[in-house]
Amino acid sequence: MSDINDFVVKFATVNGSGSASANTIFAKTLFRMGLAVSPKNIFPSNIQGLPTWYEVRVSELGYIARRDGIDLMVAMNPQTFKEDLAEIVPGGWLLYDSTLPRVWPREDVNVLGIPIAQLCAQKWSDPRQRQLFKNMVYVGALTAFFDMDVEVLQGAVGDQLKGKEKLVAANMEAVNLGRDFAKQNFACPLPIRVRPAQCSKGKIMVSGNEAAGLGAIYAGATVCAWYPITPSTSLAEAFEKYARRLRVNKAGKRLYGIVQAEDELAAIGVAIGGGWNGARAFTATSGPGISLMSEFLGLAYFAEVPVVLFNIQRGGPSTGMPTRTQQSDIISCAYASHGDTKQVLLFPANPSECFSMGAAAFDLAERLQTPVIVMSDLDIGMNEWVTEPLAWDDRHVHDRGKVLDAAALDGFKDVKGRDWGRYLDVDGDAIPYRTLPGTHPNKGAFFTRGTSHDENARYTEDGRIHARILDRIRRKFDTAASLVPKPELIIRDKNAKLGIVYFGANAPAVLEALDLLERDGIKINALRIKAFPFTAEIAAFCENHDSLFVVEQNRDAQMRSLLMTEIDVPGGKLIRTLNYDGMPMTAAFVRGAVLKELRPAKAAAE
Amino acid sequence: MSYIAKPSAHHPALPKNALGLTRRDYEGTMSTLCAGCGHDSITAALIEACFEMDLPAHRIAKVSGIGCSSKAPTYFLSRSHGFNSVHGRMPSITTGAAMANRDLVYIGVSGDGDTASIGLGQFCHAIRRRLNMTYIVMNNGCYGLTKGQFSATNDKTSPSKKGEANPFEAIDLCQLAIQLGAGFVARSFSGDKDQLIPLIKAAISYKGFAFLDVVSPCVTFNNHPASTKSFDYVRAHNMASENRLDYVEPKEEIIVDYAEGSSAAIALHDGSRLVLHKLDAGHDPRDADGAIMVIRHNDKQGRVATGLLYIDESQQDMHDVLASTEQPLNQVPMAQLCPGAGALAAINQRLR
Repeated sequence: MSDINDFVVKFATVNGSGSASANTIFAKTLFRMGLAVSPKNIFPSNIQGLPTWYEVRVSELGYIARRDGIDLMVAMNPQTFKEDLAEIVPGGWLLYDSTLPRVWPREDVNVLGIPIAQLCAQKWSDPRQRQLFKNMVYVGALTAFFDMDVEVLQGAVGDQLKGKEKLVAANMEAVNLGRDFAKQNFACPLPIRVRPAQCSKGKIMVSGNEAAGLGAIYAGATVCAWYPITPSTSLAEAFEKYARRLRVNKAGKRLYGIVQAEDELAAIGVAIGGGWNGARAFTATSGPGISLMSEFLGLAYFAEVPVVLFNIQRGGPSTGMPTRTQQSDIISCAYASHGDTKQVLLFPANPSECFSMGAAAFDLAERLQTPVIVMSDLDIGMNEWVTEPLAWDDRHVHDRGKVLDAAALDGFKDVKGRDWGRYLDVDGDAIPYRTLPGTHPNKGAFFTRGTSHDENARYTEDGRIHARILDRIRRKFDTAASLVPKPELIIRDKNAKLGIVYFGANAPAVLEALDLLERDGIKINALRIKAFPFTAEIAAFCENHDSLFVVEQNRDAQMRSLLMTEIDVPGGKLIRTLNYDGMPMTAAFVRGAVLKELRPAKAAAE
Repeated sequence: MSYIAKPSAHHPALPKNALGLTRRDYEGTMSTLCAGCGHDSITAALIEACFEMDLPAHRIAKVSGIGCSSKAPTYFLSRSHGFNSVHGRMPSITTGAAMANRDLVYIGVSGDGDTASIGLGQFCHAIRRRLNMTYIVMNNGCYGLTKGQFSATNDKTSPSKKGEANPFEAIDLCQLAIQLGAGFVARSFSGDKDQLIPLIKAAISYKGFAFLDVVSPCVTFNNHPASTKSFDYVRAHNMASENRLDYVEPKEEIIVDYAEGSSAAIALHDGSRLVLHKLDAGHDPRDADGAIMVIRHNDKQGRVATGLLYIDESQQDMHDVLASTEQPLNQVPMAQLCPGAGALAAINQRLR
């Protein structure tokens, strides 16, 4: 086995042992050497003592989807030795702490025993240092095995330990300890190794939650309310981090407000209150939080209050798998709340889009006067992705929507000569004009309510008026379809009758699968959904293809249902392509699903 | 008479306040509550307070939850924006609204079901956040809209109209508010306009969380002889006389000198004052422990302690805690909020 710049290394450690920062340094070093890396943190819902894994795939071709089959396992956790050993591909490597030597029951695996604990015990006397530096010793050994650039690594260590410069030297001692041992005892580098590349040139490495929090800063969000829940917590924390850096005036006063609410109900309530009062307001949550927020989402939908909600999806139902990824809130978000509701959804596929769509969500919410839900997930939100730099155009004018100031209220007449009414469709786009509290001494006041109301926001129990208002709000969804991001089309064969429909974090797996399938002689087209409501392009793509693999991470084919329900795509042509084990989608899975359909014999043989 | 629209015309000689507005300008639509409902008296007191304080109605935001009480904001201040939100969640809506614009006056109207049951958590946390608002509970001890079920504030000794006993302890919202750190806590009675109006004025003037629990009998379901939230019961057991008070506008002089020891003037943030009389017969409202004792002592005797129960004149509000800029956040120009492409280039650089 020999693969330069193409392998998967996995770290099996115990959480709370300090491995996370060592693993990040490892991945960052490869990234800075120009490689496409895709670190995936597979962590328990726990703080200390349970198994945790960190996978890093390196790909010369720039693929960043997760890949099964571990080429080198760093097995630091005796609790999981058995399963970790089983995951290594035949001919692969196993690095372990051989202070207590053991016999590994596999002949086809190359064992790299390094007495890590012993090396640390000889070097340091402080028990905490002995423990923490173990991680840097295995990273050091890997630099020798993979032929990594140690200078680049030192830079990454320095960045990780910013403000604690004294620790850099000690960490590098640990690195050299492992590196020297590896060089003295094994043939270095291994056949799987790295060399500098250009794959990640110009790119950045960032998590989706950090990018989304920053997107909210760029959108001009000033009100943030949130309740801690994995995996969304780091989004609100990122907003706060950047706000402290970018939004404090010279007098030390903050141009933002953040409230850690008592629960998710309050978090969305605060955001809706802020949106009602003319601030750009948002909250971030995950599965259980979506359930709790549903009543309020119905209020904002029906009373037409702008608000942005980031849903960092995780494994459901119920508490489910809080630290694993899924795309299983599609239906519950698309129709969040009781009664007839439809919510605008955006589906970012990477952290760069978490930033751009995160910012765009606020424009859409204010333009449409409705909640906009950004459907990220744990994989995008919490893992660091190699992605395009975050982009902002200073010419962008934030779309604050139809808000009347005092002068506009004074001069307001619609085409029929009517005065302003909160829920009047004046422009034919089903979007009414709103006013903010405190604007005008005697015009523009109205009562926002979740009860049925007429065009002047007056309470009504007249069913005809109720239906009329509901119809207008539904028409607003047509306007939404003209404003949301259009899908991304990949046409590999103009005449192909086969297509893949995908969205969100599945993008890297699908893109890689398209290449793999092409090597199998199958040219297939693909469409990436970026938003709900579905735009005309999505309907056309479905119309133009006979069979469509709908790739999603949930059991019930929720996006498929939405395509059937909302744009009448016949269910018979939509092939369920589902993975819902909580792990990020792989290209092999997508390819396998397509082969199973088209070449069942080949699929079975593999 | 709820189907009757209020005529907008009024007598030309109606008295006007400093803004040139009449009481009618502070009214809302016709009440749809039962005739004689205590809530309507509170509504009238709110109108009177805002009129006398010369408040520009459009600078007030009315916020409520769900229930009879939460409908009430429709019946006053038609020139103010209102938000009738979802059940028990008025505090969170108000928190967001107040974060967005610190310059408006926020009047939250809730009921005993809305606050003491479904919304108890939000009530507590709004207090902890020191939201600058006036939070009024129209407290009738029952669920009116769903036809008279007990609420969590109904006294254990107070049976239903049909004579059914209430098996559970009552939640005393004033004690809870004091314990959680509310800076202004008062209790009043919808039938005592003389006490209620100055309390509303003081609550509005107070910078921080001002809580006003107003016993407001439900004429339909909880005004029977055995009820402790009936007009007759509260009139007979109201300890208001222990602690009479006047609200004095910032511009007014205190013209009457009170004998030392029998009165105290409490300064509010906007320069107005609340003058308490017969202080020696009541208690010092700056003493939180004393306030809780007064409530509990009276309750034990079957009496309702009303008046200003507790005040902390120095409390900071939410914006002080959050260190927000003086300018309302919803008016900060985008140019100051969006850091621009240059700053983003530097951030991208750090992420390489």
